[in-house]
Amino acid sequence: MTTRDEITAGLSEILEEVAGVNPGDVAEDKSFTDDLDVDSLSMVEVVVAAEERFGVKIPDDEVQNLKTVGDAVSYIQKASA
Amino acid sequence: MSRTEVVVTGIGATTPLGGDAASTWESMLAGRSGVTTINQEWAERLPVRIAAPMAVDPSTVIDRVKMRRLDRCEAAALIAAQEAWADSGMADAGLDSERLAVVVGSGIGGATTLLNQDDILEAQGARKVSPHTVPMLMPNGPAAWVGLELGAQAGVHAPVSACATGAEAIAWGLDIIRSGRADVVVAGGTEAVIQPLPIAGFASMRAMSTRNDDPQAASRPFDKGRDGFVLGEGAGIVVLERADHAAARGAKVYARLAGAGMTSDGYDIVQPDPAGHGIVRAMRAALRDAGIDPRDVRHVNAHATSTPVGDIAEIHALREVLGPHPVVTATKSMHGHLLGAAGAVEAIATLLAVHHDIVPPTINLDDPDDALELDVAAHKARELEIPAALNDSFGFGGHNAVLVFTKH
Repeated sequence: MTTRDEITAGLSEILEEVAGVNPGDVAEDKSFTDDLDVDSLSMVEVVVAAEERFGVKIPDDEVQNLKTVGDAVSYIQKASA
Repeated sequence: MSRTEVVVTGIGATTPLGGDAASTWESMLAGRSGVTTINQEWAERLPVRIAAPMAVDPSTVIDRVKMRRLDRCEAAALIAAQEAWADSGMADAGLDSERLAVVVGSGIGGATTLLNQDDILEAQGARKVSPHTVPMLMPNGPAAWVGLELGAQAGVHAPVSACATGAEAIAWGLDIIRSGRADVVVAGGTEAVIQPLPIAGFASMRAMSTRNDDPQAASRPFDKGRDGFVLGEGAGIVVLERADHAAARGAKVYARLAGAGMTSDGYDIVQPDPAGHGIVRAMRAALRDAGIDPRDVRHVNAHATSTPVGDIAEIHALREVLGPHPVVTATKSMHGHLLGAAGAVEAIATLLAVHHDIVPPTINLDDPDDALELDVAAHKARELEIPAALNDSFGFGGHNAVLVFTKH
């Protein structure tokens, strides 16, 4: 099973690629919009890339619940379990 | 009450001849060609394998993450607009955003994005299509990005009139300032469609040069051997400003945008009226608007795309309105045809000619067409005093836009 740290590291790479987020800024308590400046269109790209990378499905109505990196890590961990 | 005067206080460009206005102008005066062989694999199956790409690729100027959200034509517009804005010194002028408007058009829009995302849709499915697709391909995208970057709040507009777009944008800017809706307008055009489908489409119309074995000689306006236009890409942007506003802040002024004339042919969807009636009416309207006597026009930057029919129609119109006196040039011989950006880049060449009293050359004019009863600055730049100059732009659809620049 993928650890939380491994998922965070993967998300960090995706965030850098699609939104130019500095990997050093990515942590579980960071909000995508408020802390990392990821806007709604970039968030769509992050979700699609994360689905591919972690082999999970993240439905659109679930995305609004993923406020922080930690929320996303938890969802991905649960979905891939 | 005298009419509102409008001047040009900033210029910016990224073209096949240079990554900014200064290097573009320097290359023009030196008579350099920006036309080259298209080295991509897709070109091998096309009848046309030459084009004039931007001399400096936008991806080397704009950072990677931002480029993911920009069509190539939007990136070009942003680069040219930032240069023009910096050149105008407006950032330090304390301009009210509600007095700043943007008019930036494109002939075709984000075709590169449309084609690339369609490939993704076909190969990988709808979910992989970029969420940035629509703002990247919409034809008002370049204007919207420039407006966003500069914080313009007096209106953002995007004229679309094929190869007259860049000039029409500048004419709209003139109207906006004259009507009092803004004090400053950032205006121009952009285009970036060196892609297989647009080239195949233009080639199917037999509108493009197929001189694939000699790219630098392919764009040859007014020459007997001309066989069509060469596709270029890039952007040109000017900062237009109410003259008293510019004077009050002690701004550097390149020239006055004295007037504009716009007409439509009502003749054919793509063929120019061979008699050039619509062009004649646009030139006369522009001169009337500027209050200029035709005899004061010492220079014309012609539309002259290097197509057999179009060049002749323009020659007739120029003779009819201005007589044989002005020194004419066709800078497309060097940078190719930038479609929606052409009118803006050539407007910059025209106003710089007025500013510096020098006409850039028309290269490749080795064997002038028998109908060419005009004084063309063939091969070499020519110095002469230029109190007033015209810039012609015409587009598929029968659009004619003529700008008049005078010394300030």
